[in-house]
Amino acid sequence: MRECGFDSRRPHHAGTPVGHRVLKVGNLHLWRGDRHLLRGVAFSLEAGQALQLLWPNGTGKTSLLRCLAGFLHAEEGEVRWRGVRLTSDRDVFHQDLAYLGHETALKGDLTAMENLQYACALRMRHPPAQLQAALAATGLDRLDPQQPVRSFSAGQQRRLALARLSLWGAKLWLLDEPASNLDGAGLQVLQQMLRAHLEGGGAALLATHQAIGLEGADSRLWRDAREAA
Amino acid sequence: MNAARATALQAAVAVFRRDLLLAFRRPGEWLQALAFFVLVTVLFPLALEPEPSVLRLVAPAALWVTLLLASLLALDFLFREDARDGTLEQFVLSGQPFTALLLAKVATHWLITGLPVVLVGPLAAMSLGAPSASTPGLMLALLLGSVSLSLIGSIGAGLTLGVRRGGALLSLLVLPLVMPVLVFGARASAQAMAGEEATGALYLLAAMGVLALTLAPLAAAAAVRISME
Amino acid sequence: MNWVWFHRFGSPPYFYRFAGRWAPWFLGIAVALLLVGLYGGLAVAPVDYYQSDAFRIIYVHVPAAYLSLMTYTWMAIAAAVGLIWRIKIAHAVAAACAPAGASFTAVSLATGMIWGMPTWGTWWAWDPRLISQLFVLFFFLGYIALRGAIEDRDRADRASAVLAIVGVINVPIVHYSVEWWNSLHQAPTLLRSDGPTMPMSMAWPLLVMIGAYTFYFLAIMLMRARAEVVRRERGGAWLREILAAPEASP
Repeated sequence: MRECGFDSRRPHHAGTPVGHRVLKVGNLHLWRGDRHLLRGVAFSLEAGQALQLLWPNGTGKTSLLRCLAGFLHAEEGEVRWRGVRLTSDRDVFHQDLAYLGHETALKGDLTAMENLQYACALRMRHPPAQLQAALAATGLDRLDPQQPVRSFSAGQQRRLALARLSLWGAKLWLLDEPASNLDGAGLQVLQQMLRAHLEGGGAALLATHQAIGLEGADSRLWRDAREAA
Repeated sequence: MNAARATALQAAVAVFRRDLLLAFRRPGEWLQALAFFVLVTVLFPLALEPEPSVLRLVAPAALWVTLLLASLLALDFLFREDARDGTLEQFVLSGQPFTALLLAKVATHWLITGLPVVLVGPLAAMSLGAPSASTPGLMLALLLGSVSLSLIGSIGAGLTLGVRRGGALLSLLVLPLVMPVLVFGARASAQAMAGEEATGALYLLAAMGVLALTLAPLAAAAAVRISME
Repeated sequence: MNWVWFHRFGSPPYFYRFAGRWAPWFLGIAVALLLVGLYGGLAVAPVDYYQSDAFRIIYVHVPAAYLSLMTYTWMAIAAAVGLIWRIKIAHAVAAACAPAGASFTAVSLATGMIWGMPTWGTWWAWDPRLISQLFVLFFFLGYIALRGAIEDRDRADRASAVLAIVGVINVPIVHYSVEWWNSLHQAPTLLRSDGPTMPMSMAWPLLVMIGAYTFYFLAIMLMRARAEVVRRERGGAWLREILAAPEASP
């Protein structure tokens, strides 16, 4: 197994056993139509760890994330979350999971606060102060609160999606190209959020075409799907 | 984080409220459906002789065919936006029963497309010569029928998600399923307009509504999940 | 129950060989039964009291009607198997049933219309059985249309499977429509709880014809499904081996 981009300094994870393995994927095979896209993909993630998929385009980054999220069915292979097979209880897994795909799932006709309110109402009830704090943390509190999201720039919309992500309290983040459309400041917000998430004992699997610098956090880079993680 | 987990009911209510809010912010689509209904009803006296006895004969059929066509038109936007921007995906991942969330969507959709027709329908019928005494019977029949149409139509809407120009295909798929609703709805309306007891047909309409309520969400949920693969 | 045979059918090479071996036999049996049935129905069976020779169209019409319902049920079952157990072959079988089913339904409607003219005095009546049979045709066409409209093959399989299952409700409606409503169409004379009401001299060619149509359907379905399997598995090594080998197996 080759080491790649591995940072040996592991910060202490409050309340989570260091190195406790949370996600284990074994021998995953996925076909899309006639294409054998994922051939025996295997890796594991520990609490407080991030794995960045830097595979070339079209080799199955998005499909892997969508398969783990449950949208695609893998013909073969096993995925275990906290030791429990995914196929036996999807709802519990989904409660621990946050997925951010290419689409932001934001409603253009609603304001930022309203988007957060309704998105969070699906999972847990937050007091408005907390929603406001999340907006502030992503730098969106300076905008006009009555402005519909439709008029936000792509970068601002993605930041709003990140704000929503931080509110869900999920332990596993599956992020597909999270840095797309983000400017320098936005990228910093993403990095801060990821670091905080990992420090809190969460795990993250990111598909990205450029490595996101996460100094001070346990972050591995996986460049080639054909080699081991 | 002082946040309590949302129950399925709370999540469904949140979806309901969000959809209503969106419908009010963007009334174009559902107003179009209503306008279509009114316009087509006007077509009948124009196409036939404006002879009262003829119109009165045709009124139940005209009412129900128009309701059907307006429903088919409106079904187009039931899931379209939410599928496109990734909201439906987040519903699946929310850890809440997907069927309940879809049902909430169908409920709002009925509220903005079916309910206006229930209210305007008797007026349209009266313009075609129906006696005003028939209004309660007509409204009840339209109420029961439109609910079934929305529910059964959601199956077709789910199946044709992502199909280019799926409108015609949607009609082809939905029409055979909703024929009984048309038959008994028109019969109940005709009886109401003639001043007769329409209880038999109304009971059948109600039974169909109950059947649709129990089975249609399951089929629609399956169809929508498949479209996300 | 031994499920081994079930899983064996799910394997493309096995299904390919099975279909290739049995389809010609089924076709042969179908032709033989067809000849016997036609001869029995057209020449041997006694003339009907009310309808004289016009009733003989029953030997084409009734089997077609039965087969249309049977094909739909078969398609729905295959679709359900494919959906639940994720067996791709089942979807190929379901897809193979649809054109045949649509044809049987169309034949049943057309021959029904031809028969209706001398007996009822009209080509068509808005009658529960006719209408529900028409819906079966719409469902077949809708299934084919939906399959064609979705580009991703696996999604097309699964979406049309849902449609097939939803439409199954039509099958009992068609069959019982003549009992539940006052229908112009005659009540069932063959599939009845207290035995057929038709005299055996008239009924036996009917049974033979139903058998003929059934074997024909099975043959066609196997051939189409086999072609579908080839299309889906064109990259497979097993297929290349079979095609490369000399004519040892079909």
